[in-house]
Amino acid sequence: MTIEKPSSQAAMAVLGPATLKDLIATLSGQGYQVIGPQHSDGAIVYEPMEAADELPVGWSDQQDGGTYRLLKSNRDALFDYVVGPHSWKRYLFPPAQRLWRAQRRGRSFTLEEQATDTPRYAFIGVRSCEIHAIQIQDKVFNNGDFADPGYLARRAATFIVAVNCARPSGTCFCTSMGTGPKATQGFDLALTELIDGKRHDFLVEAGSEKGAALLAKLPHRPATTDDVGAAEAILADAAKAMGREMVAGVSPLLKDNLEHRRWDEVAKRCLNCTNCTMVCPTCFCTAVEDVTDLTGQTAERRRKWDSCFSIDFSYIHGGSIRREGRSRYRHWMNHKLSTWYDQFGSSGCVGCGRCITWCPVGIDITEEARAIRDSGGEK
Amino acid sequence: MSTAELIFSEPSTTVAHPPGKEPMLPTPFRISRIQREISDTFTVDLIPASGGRLGRFAPGQFNMLYVFGVGEVPISISGDSGDGSCVTHTIRAVGSVTEVMMSLKRGDIVGLRGPFGSGWPVQQAQGSDIVLIGGGIGFSPLRPVIYYLVAHREKYGNICIYYGARTPEDILYRRELEKWRSQFDLNVEVTVDRATGKWAGRVGVVTRLIPRGGFDPFHTIAMVCGPELMMRYAVQALNEQEVTNERIYISMERNMRCGVGFCGHCQYSSYFVCKDGPVFRFDRIKDIFEIREL
Amino acid sequence: MGEIENLERVLREHPFFKGIDQKACATIVGCAANERFDAGEYIFREGGAADKFYLLRHGNVALEVHVPGHDPIIVETLQEGDVLGWSWMVPPYRWRADARALYLVRAISLDAKCLREKYESDHTLGLELFKRFVPIIARRVEAGRLQLIDMYGKSRDKK
Repeated sequence: MTIEKPSSQAAMAVLGPATLKDLIATLSGQGYQVIGPQHSDGAIVYEPMEAADELPVGWSDQQDGGTYRLLKSNRDALFDYVVGPHSWKRYLFPPAQRLWRAQRRGRSFTLEEQATDTPRYAFIGVRSCEIHAIQIQDKVFNNGDFADPGYLARRAATFIVAVNCARPSGTCFCTSMGTGPKATQGFDLALTELIDGKRHDFLVEAGSEKGAALLAKLPHRPATTDDVGAAEAILADAAKAMGREMVAGVSPLLKDNLEHRRWDEVAKRCLNCTNCTMVCPTCFCTAVEDVTDLTGQTAERRRKWDSCFSIDFSYIHGGSIRREGRSRYRHWMNHKLSTWYDQFGSSGCVGCGRCITWCPVGIDITEEARAIRDSGGEK
Repeated sequence: MSTAELIFSEPSTTVAHPPGKEPMLPTPFRISRIQREISDTFTVDLIPASGGRLGRFAPGQFNMLYVFGVGEVPISISGDSGDGSCVTHTIRAVGSVTEVMMSLKRGDIVGLRGPFGSGWPVQQAQGSDIVLIGGGIGFSPLRPVIYYLVAHREKYGNICIYYGARTPEDILYRRELEKWRSQFDLNVEVTVDRATGKWAGRVGVVTRLIPRGGFDPFHTIAMVCGPELMMRYAVQALNEQEVTNERIYISMERNMRCGVGFCGHCQYSSYFVCKDGPVFRFDRIKDIFEIREL
Repeated sequence: MGEIENLERVLREHPFFKGIDQKACATIVGCAANERFDAGEYIFREGGAADKFYLLRHGNVALEVHVPGHDPIIVETLQEGDVLGWSWMVPPYRWRADARALYLVRAISLDAKCLREKYESDHTLGLELFKRFVPIIARRVEAGRLQLIDMYGKSRDKK
């Protein structure tokens, strides 16, 4: 899906560590609402920020099935952690939105489309897998037949400052999904943090005209071969250190094993808590609510994040189609890794590992896929 | 481009939604007629409230109908696709929205979005015999097919219309059925699951009508609509009569909250029932149809 | 003689006996007779001796169950080409429902005692009859289940 664009050294520059302050200030000055990583409640989350000093310094994360720990890093890096429970979908595709409002007029009613000012977001610290996730959601909300104007407007106004991952977290598997660790496209600027005993600065690459224009405003120097080489070495090490991988051919594998006994086994563990769908950066299912105020004169339609694990997700008059947890888990995993290809032309999974980390019982989709494959694919 | 100039091809999704328009925003429609059919089912005719031109639909498609402040439901269109004066739906009151809708009056306003979904292969089927098998409220989405067939009768071979209802009191469109039945060129059979002694018609499941024949299985298109259980048995009965699966079309139903492929609720393996269905050619979904709780 | 030849032809033409061999047909026809019932007439009643079964040639028959305090409930209707009655094969050989002619009914009846005697010694004949009846009974059971499930009923009634 993504074509690896050979990084041209000429497009790269180096920013000093203090320049991030200028970067954020310039973006704010241009009217962007800057969203970036912050340390909150024991996790790195994406929240609005106003200045670079809000960025978490010297934190690293340890992630595994059902485990997330923030640890003090042994160096003052700004980006030694990877992805946390938040994804950028909470801004581009908000958890709760009002779609429209209606006013009763006698026996009739008038409708007011939601005319909100589109927020202009600047995302700081977008990982390569997250860029892919955003692009995957782009195809969901503009599916060839219908488009969500709110999403498209927010997306068009967004400025993306990507960060290349220096290390995988433990649950990551972007290399086997073809989504990282290096951000090769889909960003305005991409940073690689270069930090060792001797230096602390950022290799920066402009990925768009907007990005190049912004870079031009910031104090920087051209990148040398050494700078580029240092960044590439970091990324090569990160790629080698991936702790997990998705088996090849998972899409046809799952299609051929819809009645595999593994679904019964995972169902014994899955609590249907919906964490995986909440943290997944590509999950897009929503509930639609039609509500009125107490007078019954004003009605609204709201869209909220929903999850295919909820028991009435597949309810049609009288009962749910997927009555058993086994069926709901099977649906989620098949959609993410298999039927998404038929629907949108790519996998729905970007290998970010969040579903593994945030599952309270540590269910790992890479392990589930491998178990089905290794069982010889018996039904 | 007007909201719903349709290309009548098999099974296609609706034509492009006007770009930039919020697809979740309904258009107000006025009830021009509302009539009780049987105890819990009613038919409603709708016209645009602002008096604008009504778009067209293909038989088999559905609209999302909104009752102010209560909610929105997907309802198959049950009227004549050749009649541009109003859009008709036959609705069974099974939940909060449809029960409120049943109590609405002529002149009341509802919201409408659509038409959505794929249609029955009425054009594709020209030159073939036709078998329509409807069960319960599933007969309503087939009524637009009957109108189309009757209006283009010379283009089709033998036409068999088999309709199963719960009891004689639950038979929809009785007068129209009698009219169609009296046409010598349509084979109309109605059966009920049970009756009291006063009923002189057929009693038995609708699938029992299929072995009666009246159509050439090698040149037939069958369209089946009703509870999934009934469709499952009907397909088997059709197969036993040597009608192959690429000649059989069914209409699937799933939970729909948006109708446009965004909410994810109606997914059925790779398909969104709201966009890729609700009408499916059976050979294309045969393998997933057999998987429970998929 | 002419009557028997005629009956044999009618038997062989009826869908129930499609493809039956000459020998078996000749044996069976000895138990056959033409019958006619007027509209409203009861062909048999629940509890009565199941001493015949019928190949319907014309007209419709309602299978009814009497429920005290209610109109009788029609559970199935049969028509030309169908076979009416299988209780004659199953001890204690008593009808399990009423059968009422809805319109003028013409049928061939087959004497059960006659046939039972014949197939007790001629097992090939017995096999032939059972092979033809079992699928019909299976379909009726299947159809009955679907009717029981009440597919078109309201979901809340199914709980």
